[in-house]
Amino acid sequence: MDAQSLNTHKAKKSLFGGGSKQFFIFVKKEWLHIWRDRRTLFILIWMPIVQIILYGFALTNEVKNSQIAVFDQSNDQATSNIIHEIDASRYFEIIKYLHSYKDIGATFRQGKIRLAIVFPSNFRNDLLHTNSAQVQLIADASDPNTANTLTNYATAIINDYQQSLNQNKVLPYTIKTQLRMLYNPELKSAYNFVPGVMALVLMLVCAMMTSIAIVREKELGTMEVILVSPLKPFRIIIAKTIPYLAVSMLNIACILLLSVYVLKVPINGSLFLLIAESTLFTITALSIGILISNGAKTQQAAMFTSLLSLFLPTLLFSGFLFPIENMPLPLQIISNIVPSKWYYIIVESIMIKGLGFAAIWKETLILVVMTFVLLGLSIKNFKIRLA
Amino acid sequence: MGKEKVISANELTKKFGDFTAVDKISFEVEKGEIFGFLGANGAGKTTAMRMLCGLSLPTSGLATVAGYDVYKQNELIKKSIGYMSQKFSLYEDLTVRENIRFYAGIYGLSDKQIKEKTALLAKQLSLEGEEKTLVKSLPLGWKQKLAFSIAIVHDPAIVFLDEPTGGVDPITRREFWSLIYEASERGITIFVTTHYMDEAEYCNRVSIMVDGRIDALDSPANLMKNFSANSMDEVFLQLARKAVRSE
Repeated sequence: MDAQSLNTHKAKKSLFGGGSKQFFIFVKKEWLHIWRDRRTLFILIWMPIVQIILYGFALTNEVKNSQIAVFDQSNDQATSNIIHEIDASRYFEIIKYLHSYKDIGATFRQGKIRLAIVFPSNFRNDLLHTNSAQVQLIADASDPNTANTLTNYATAIINDYQQSLNQNKVLPYTIKTQLRMLYNPELKSAYNFVPGVMALVLMLVCAMMTSIAIVREKELGTMEVILVSPLKPFRIIIAKTIPYLAVSMLNIACILLLSVYVLKVPINGSLFLLIAESTLFTITALSIGILISNGAKTQQAAMFTSLLSLFLPTLLFSGFLFPIENMPLPLQIISNIVPSKWYYIIVESIMIKGLGFAAIWKETLILVVMTFVLLGLSIKNFKIRLA
Repeated sequence: MGKEKVISANELTKKFGDFTAVDKISFEVEKGEIFGFLGANGAGKTTAMRMLCGLSLPTSGLATVAGYDVYKQNELIKKSIGYMSQKFSLYEDLTVRENIRFYAGIYGLSDKQIKEKTALLAKQLSLEGEEKTLVKSLPLGWKQKLAFSIAIVHDPAIVFLDEPTGGVDPITRREFWSLIYEASERGITIFVTTHYMDEAEYCNRVSIMVDGRIDALDSPANLMKNFSANSMDEVFLQLARKAVRSE
């Protein structure tokens, strides 16, 4: 018994207000669980990497090197200039020169092309003598978004050519639109996906993994034994989450390195601020995980609750796949209670727009409040006593 | 006997709304005693035990455990007791040594003490050379004996055992009980719930709960005499038949 009193004496002096050694023993044990379960660890580390690569390269909104066909009935200087411009752009690749209208339909039906450009005969003559020539763009609209983008790109190229013709002439009235794509001049979709994937991965790793880890102890019956021990329930919870916090930090590092060096998405703002905000969001996610573990009786239940209440809302409501502005009002309102939405805005502002804390203090405050409420709820609900 | 009282309960009661799970139970347990806590499922055993372990606050009544008050001093109670649940409470993905280190560590034993304890336990349980084995690859009987030894690794005043021998073969049960006797000889009080009536006969004294009350409390021999029964089984059945409530 004297060993025990000696220990309590020592503990009183420690930084954590007693029992910090016990606390670290707990963290170490939790780490061993993760380390022993190599398969899960592997998934935890690889998931964000695969997601970044997937979203960055495969699931892209950009239209690059779309295969198109040209039916040029005029074959003059003007048409060949335009065709050259189109072929030279990185959006299009001309794979076929057609010789009859019939060919157009046939080529579309083969599924080889997404756009056909038709120049009528006498294109240059019409242009020079009647001041007006026509060109037809035929797009495969089974995918409306792509069709729209492609016709826009083609129109833009043709307009450019038209402007070059009019360069030295004074036109009576002209309005020229000047476009400048701020923050993302090349319109790379990775700019969109990186913040989204960060939100998604942190939610999954922290919330889902912690909820499963806590429920596992309940299932095993070890939770009861730990609760009977002198460890404070609050400490137990914190100790269980710390290793996942560490894994999340590793994930953030991986994602940022990949995005900067592979996807060429810059970090325009402060790296320190970005990491601080990510830590805040991680804590939000951890408290959600604890809250889920309070309600769930089995590991499967914890997993499905996490997937349904975190994965889908993050995917749908953070704004990285579907613009929130386009949603019906009720869904827009719902999106406000999804923490990922605010984190997404924060990451986008810091990374892409290079904004400082002054621009995101409101979002940060929302996350802080959410975290306190969730943490309060989850600790209150963490059943120390049966009554 | 005049020995030191380690647990004393006086009209201890627990209500959940209208339902009285534990109804004014009073009893005392002496130091080093093996106290059997019997009752059918739903009789209130677990609830009573949780109150004594400091996991649940009583609705009314008084109780002290290891000299500490269950209302105010449950942090001190927690330091003085060990607990083993029916689920064995070991981490299967940790090794024997890691389990010992973890549980000894959270009770505040020093590194030196943990080292000594690990060596001692390995010897006692003939687990030498198995310290680095994952618990999941140990046979059930060993797991259980290890779980008990770990529950008393910090030399608590009292150890609470919640149906510790469920699903174990008779030989292992006997070995398990010899560990319990050893602990009791070292002065550790044993508070055990069980379903097995032959195990009840191993206890110094036995209480039988029916519908939240303690209907009988005595040594197994006296109980059999008073109920003119040949075995604890018969005593238990006579009492359990009176139960009004079921699970």
